[in-house]
Amino acid sequence: MCLAIPAKVIKINKNIAEIESLGVVKEVDITLVPDAKIGDYVIVHAGFAIQIIDKKEASIAEGYWKEFLEET
Amino acid sequence: MNIKEICSEINSLVRDQDKKSINIMEVCGTHTMEIARNGLKQLLPPEINLISGPGCPVCVTPVNEIDNIIEILKDYDVSIFSFGDMIKVPGSSSSLAYEKSIGKDVVICYSPLYALEFAENNPDKNVIFIAIGFETTAPLSSVIVKRASDKKLRNFFIYCTHKIIPPALEVLLKDKKVRIDGLLLPGHVSAIIGSNPYRFIAEDYKIPGVISGFDPAGILQAIKMILLQLQQEKPKIEIEYKSVVKEEGNTVAVNQIHEVFQIQDSMWRGLGSIPKSGLKLKPVFASFDAKLKFPIKKLNSREPKGCECGNVLKGIKKPDDCKLFAKSCTPDNPIGPCMVSSEGTCAAYYKFYRIKY
Repeated sequence: MCLAIPAKVIKINKNIAEIESLGVVKEVDITLVPDAKIGDYVIVHAGFAIQIIDKKEASIAEGYWKEFLEET
Repeated sequence: MNIKEICSEINSLVRDQDKKSINIMEVCGTHTMEIARNGLKQLLPPEINLISGPGCPVCVTPVNEIDNIIEILKDYDVSIFSFGDMIKVPGSSSSLAYEKSIGKDVVICYSPLYALEFAENNPDKNVIFIAIGFETTAPLSSVIVKRASDKKLRNFFIYCTHKIIPPALEVLLKDKKVRIDGLLLPGHVSAIIGSNPYRFIAEDYKIPGVISGFDPAGILQAIKMILLQLQQEKPKIEIEYKSVVKEEGNTVAVNQIHEVFQIQDSMWRGLGSIPKSGLKLKPVFASFDAKLKFPIKKLNSREPKGCECGNVLKGIKKPDDCKLFAKSCTPDNPIGPCMVSSEGTCAAYYKFYRIKY
């Protein structure tokens, strides 16, 4: 339930951001992270960004997610 | 630091102390699953005993909540929106998956936003979202309830089963049957609440706690940090998952929770009633409370016979100590919730450790 995925913010329109994660683009709600800017990485949980993460850490985590998705 | 280097440090830390066993509880169900999936137990010295805790929301939801939701479905014309894990959990005599199979309106959704959107687009239908989860998910419920209130929706409700983690940890630490030397604290609950609400673990119970990320190296690093604290005999709450978890957490999200919910006592499967461990809608949002809008008769719920989920959730028993495990209880035909949830301890054991049986 508490699994969350890192994604990059590419567009913001009020409380909705377009995010990209591993080539997939989707919209998430950013009400809980009002400081999120374009280019930031966020942690996404059930359609909401719940925290902003730093880019270096996000790229490490993304590598791990790629591995996870290839396996499953 | 790579995994090999971390493991070698863990080995020398274990060698340097004289304990025969070091019990480390991973509180979060996602940690349980990642430890199993990546074979991390096999990388650790035998002295380290990883035990799974109560951090799987579906697993700790008592059977009567499932029965009550099914009863609402039977008594009223409603659409139930639920996260996927919840629908397979057996109630006393049915499950939401079964009710769906006989034509009841049960919808699996990835986000509570879909439930809200559906209610908005279908004003003639009463929509109930099953609000389940810990602090990670509670702020999402807050946002949708506030939005439903702003939009003056009269056909949207939540069935709230939200729980909060720190009081459950305190109950475990007080339980003399549960021996814990260190706690691997949940990553995304902590992304919301930060590290301060756990301080009692180190200060009052003198037990180390480390908030861990979900990648294998992060989990091992957190275990190493616990061992270092044990060696130095200086228990504290540390953050390994620094990219996401700040000491103060996400204050916007915490404020959202407090705006919409108030704290109340809550029943946990296996742990019983825990004071101040659950969330309930504040009176000002009571019109969105499915429990008030759709009253039902009191049901006599019963836990599945022979199921050891309660003791598994406390770390007292392992899944294979249960007579039903991998016999009558399997992921395809689960009896207890720990086998249903994708992050349940029994499901993790069934999928990844069964080679031993």
